[in-house]
Amino acid sequence: MQAFTQLTGVVAPLDRANVDTDMIIPKQFLKSIKRSGFGPNLFDELRYLDEGKPDMDNSGRPLNPEFVLNQARYAGTNILLARDNFGCGSSREHAPWALEDFGIRCVIAPSFADIFYNNCFKNGILPITLLDDQVDALFEETFASEGFELTIDLQAEVIRGAKGGDIAFSIDAFRRHCLLNGLDDIGLTLEQSDAIRAYESKRKQQTPWLFAE
Amino acid sequence: MAAKTLYDKLWDAHLVRQQEDGSCLIYIDRQLLHEVTSPQAFEGLRIAGRQPWRLDTNLATPDHNVPTTSKERTVGVDGIEDPVSKIQVVTLDENCDHFGITEFKMQDERQGIVHVVGPEQGATLPGMTVVCGDSHTATHGALGALAHGIGTSEVEHVLATQCLIQKKSKNMLVRVDGELGKGVTAKDVVLAIIGEIGTAGGTGYAIEFAGKVFEDMSMEGRMTVCNMAIEGGARVGMVAVDQTTIDYVKGRPYAPTGEQWDLAVAAWADLHSDADAEFDHVVVLDGSQIAPQVTWGTSPEMVLPVFAQVPNPSNEKDDVKAAGISRALEYMGLDADQNITDIQLDRVFIGSCTNSRIEDLRDAAAVVKGRKVASTLKQALVVPGSGLVKQQAEAEGLDKIFIEAGIEWREPGCSMCLAMNADKLGNGEHCASTSNRNFEGRQGFGGRTHLVSPAMAAAAAVAGHFVDVRDMI
Ligand code: SF4
Repeated sequence: MQAFTQLTGVVAPLDRANVDTDMIIPKQFLKSIKRSGFGPNLFDELRYLDEGKPDMDNSGRPLNPEFVLNQARYAGTNILLARDNFGCGSSREHAPWALEDFGIRCVIAPSFADIFYNNCFKNGILPITLLDDQVDALFEETFASEGFELTIDLQAEVIRGAKGGDIAFSIDAFRRHCLLNGLDDIGLTLEQSDAIRAYESKRKQQTPWLFAE
Repeated sequence: MAAKTLYDKLWDAHLVRQQEDGSCLIYIDRQLLHEVTSPQAFEGLRIAGRQPWRLDTNLATPDHNVPTTSKERTVGVDGIEDPVSKIQVVTLDENCDHFGITEFKMQDERQGIVHVVGPEQGATLPGMTVVCGDSHTATHGALGALAHGIGTSEVEHVLATQCLIQKKSKNMLVRVDGELGKGVTAKDVVLAIIGEIGTAGGTGYAIEFAGKVFEDMSMEGRMTVCNMAIEGGARVGMVAVDQTTIDYVKGRPYAPTGEQWDLAVAAWADLHSDADAEFDHVVVLDGSQIAPQVTWGTSPEMVLPVFAQVPNPSNEKDDVKAAGISRALEYMGLDADQNITDIQLDRVFIGSCTNSRIEDLRDAAAVVKGRKVASTLKQALVVPGSGLVKQQAEAEGLDKIFIEAGIEWREPGCSMCLAMNADKLGNGEHCASTSNRNFEGRQGFGGRTHLVSPAMAAAAAVAGHFVDVRDMI
């Protein structure tokens, strides 16, 4: 996994609540058996005016000029600013895969759906939860000044570049550690194999019907 | 000892180790696999040269992509016309064969939607931790299990380590007292709960459903309710174990037998919240006040009783909410203040992991029996949740009732719930659907989904628009 330490970039404002994973990556694109290549279909139904199909050449498709990621002023964005309950709906990890493939490495919102939030960390994306007022202020600043940039410092847990000064955020210590170092969870867990085996032998006594073989 | 909730008990029993930073290693007793969220997990295992930690805890079946017409089904995997769907189903078969994981393949009568198959087989049991790369895994919480949806990286993590790294959620109790009226079902109860708490109301919580309504409810009804916990924002929904649970599990193929059964039943007696357990949040509803529900918008919380009128954004003080209502009305092609019963329908879908079990099909059949679907409807279909549900329904003659009414009778799978196979809505079409998500485009590009119970969907099919099913039974 790609490590996340510091990130500076243009902020793109996606001004709607309850953005669900079907919106982030519609189901017709889930048929891939790979982890990559979802970027061109990120927010497909919002981004394009026609109906997206797998294996389509996306370069010639009509773009929806209203959609934020199609606007020149947000070109090259890597920080997405969003509203409440971002990432609700299905557990599909294709949603963070699509964001990552498009180039988004950080999403800032007042709240996230649990599974999506969790999936972000597995893919080198940092979801930051801020208070409503803080998010409102960032939306205003983003709308007000073209090319508005922020710097995210995960080590220090602080966002720099906002008019009102630095904004502190907090990420749970284990996730932060893994993200900072780009660590693979599975490897870390396997280091605890002995504890897992000890648990299993205890459980075999208590609940033998769960160990049928 | 401090009093514990059901969730606390399940959590504690599966805690392998707690780290100093509060993250926990939780042991997983059962993983269900399907074709959409598993290929990249298997690929990850292969690349890292890892083997599954334990084979017998995994059970797979294809569901999201499988075609539901018998024409395509009779030929097996080769009959899948959509080449990309076919690749996913074939990949699941290959992965399960390669690693030695039990799979109910497409032609197996036990194949079906994972969340229907697990309980039906007794593969998900009280007291287990159950995971699946699918957000509706909470369904299995109906059995008094700790069940939740996970992402693909976590599917791989469970395959490789039999564990998950988790943080404990907070406890929420949703108590529904009283008795449900005639024609009001589990689906109406859960839609009413989501209407009450909102789609993010349960975020960060594990929800336990309790109260007389759930005590009286069948296991299948409890599954319908737990299934939609995620639509209320909670990864986990559950119901305490009681005699209904035990009677349901007994005799199922994967359930323990003999001495093991007795041991298990004795252990399961503790799977309820202690009387003085504390919850971080409690919501109470009166079951007798719940009417048949219909969603009018593009989020499950946009739900109202069938006799209500669609909301008017100008009555909403909160700007973000008002904008949300306006956007939903526009997408759904509805006028503010119009009667829900005036919404004309194009299609009706009865199926999905929420409502495709035998009781759901019986409910729907009871309404359409001796009636015909409205001539204005383009299509009505019933998609059973598993091959065994289909067999049972046919043994009861339900298939004939549907077919005589003009409703298509299909092969098991997810079908029009998310439209990954050929069953989908056309642009702008309205559908009465027994599934769980009414998001934009969920059932097809531009499609307009209204979530309802099987009985309400059947009634709507007959009328061609929404009606209060209580007037028809
Ligand atoms: S029936 Fe629908 S919600 Fe359930 S598992 Fe299938 S696609 Fe997901």
